[in-house]
Amino acid sequence: MTQFFQQFPVVFQSLNVGFLQTLKLFGATLLGALPLGLLISFGSMSKFKPLSIVTRLIVWVVRGTPLMIQLLIIFFFPGLVWGKPIWGGGESGRFLAATVAFILNYACYFSEIYRGGIQSIPVGQHEAAQVLGLSKSQTFFRVVLLQVVKRIVPPMSNEIITLVKDTSLARIIALQEIIWAGQSFMKGSHGIAGQIWPLFFTGVYYLLFSGLLTILFNRLEKKLDYFKV
Amino acid sequence: MAILEVENIHKSFGKSEVLKGISFSLEKGNVLSVIGSSGSGKTTLLRCINFLETADVGRITVDGDTIFDSDAPSTLSARERRDKQLKIGLVFQQFNLFPQYNVLDNVTLAPRLRAKERADYKQNKKQIIGEIEVKAKELLDKMGLSDKLDHYPCQLSGGQQQRVSIARAMALEPKILFFDEPTSALDPELTGEILKVIRELAKEHMTMVIVTHEMTFAKEVSDHIVFMDRGVIAEEGRAQDLFENPQSERLKAFLNNLKN
Repeated sequence: MTQFFQQFPVVFQSLNVGFLQTLKLFGATLLGALPLGLLISFGSMSKFKPLSIVTRLIVWVVRGTPLMIQLLIIFFFPGLVWGKPIWGGGESGRFLAATVAFILNYACYFSEIYRGGIQSIPVGQHEAAQVLGLSKSQTFFRVVLLQVVKRIVPPMSNEIITLVKDTSLARIIALQEIIWAGQSFMKGSHGIAGQIWPLFFTGVYYLLFSGLLTILFNRLEKKLDYFKV
Repeated sequence: MAILEVENIHKSFGKSEVLKGISFSLEKGNVLSVIGSSGSGKTTLLRCINFLETADVGRITVDGDTIFDSDAPSTLSARERRDKQLKIGLVFQQFNLFPQYNVLDNVTLAPRLRAKERADYKQNKKQIIGEIEVKAKELLDKMGLSDKLDHYPCQLSGGQQQRVSIARAMALEPKILFFDEPTSALDPELTGEILKVIRELAKEHMTMVIVTHEMTFAKEVSDHIVFMDRGVIAEEGRAQDLFENPQSERLKAFLNNLKN
């Protein structure tokens, strides 16, 4: 037991550093995937057939293959196949590659949620806006958007909480996120070796963070409760 | 001169021809009701005049200004076309209020967005917005809704929602106001309040076109009735004449069906 208390501060420190990287990946993914997903959803709903077909094809491939494969391909492909490692070495290169893979993957999932939300808005809303002389963009931003947001909060919160845990997949390209940090105490790090509890302990971080997100999303849902769609 | 002239409107969806050459005109300050059984094309006609559908053939003139002509494809910008379209307003069967805005904002949204296009908007912003709000409040007062300004659509009855939507359409000062079965989505006990509003608008000589199933009301409020059947105007005339002395077999059958 005394050994545990000696080890805990060292492990805690190290896990915090790893979790910071997890949070960075999480934040960067949201920052990129939320707007990119909207663009992709416009593409897949486009009346210009070639665009909508190509977009839907991409969404199918990205959603139909494991994120882990996408991570490996994006990270290794340029270096091994083209002979041009574009990501740069070290942690920052791995972070960049992971971020690109996550944004692409999550943007495709988000795009389908957006599409469902946008298409669920009754056609009468568009018609009312039209006869009142609103332009297409005014109709989208002033009339449709908030109704879409309200409708997609539950599926989005689901997807975003999944993202929290999916960031651990970046371990596969040795990104030094929290799972990597926890695992290092099995092999040996900071003078601690053969310990599995740090890896298990990482679960607490995920649990607390997803709990926090759940509370935030519930609040947002309540905030939008003042109207019905 | 007629304020609305509709000439030879044709509209097909795929192979089915829904409108087979509709022409009628309407005098300023008059009320015209369009009656007919479901599928006769009356809603499609109204949607063509309001640009929710594009007629295949035909011409529509409002107040001497051609707003649609299939022979002369327009070279107007989107904005100019919208300006022309705003000469007519439309009240929907399902109200279609914007759920995230309260009653006042539902009525002022379109006028506010339109005001932004004015050259003097930046200088006189406060005054312009103020005027829009005053006018919206007057309209809502007329609709008996001055105590509901900050309510959201989901807090209102169907009849109240429909009155808001009438105020919303009126706020853009259309020359002609169209109603698409304005009471069909309402419980019977609520239709009265809408009919009362329309009656009052008629008294103030608002030019209106009403697609309706309320025959007694159509007879009472309309100057002119158009009876549609299978995509054509089967009969039209003064309300009194049409209901009491129908000429065509189709209209006779239609009116008889209603009695049973």
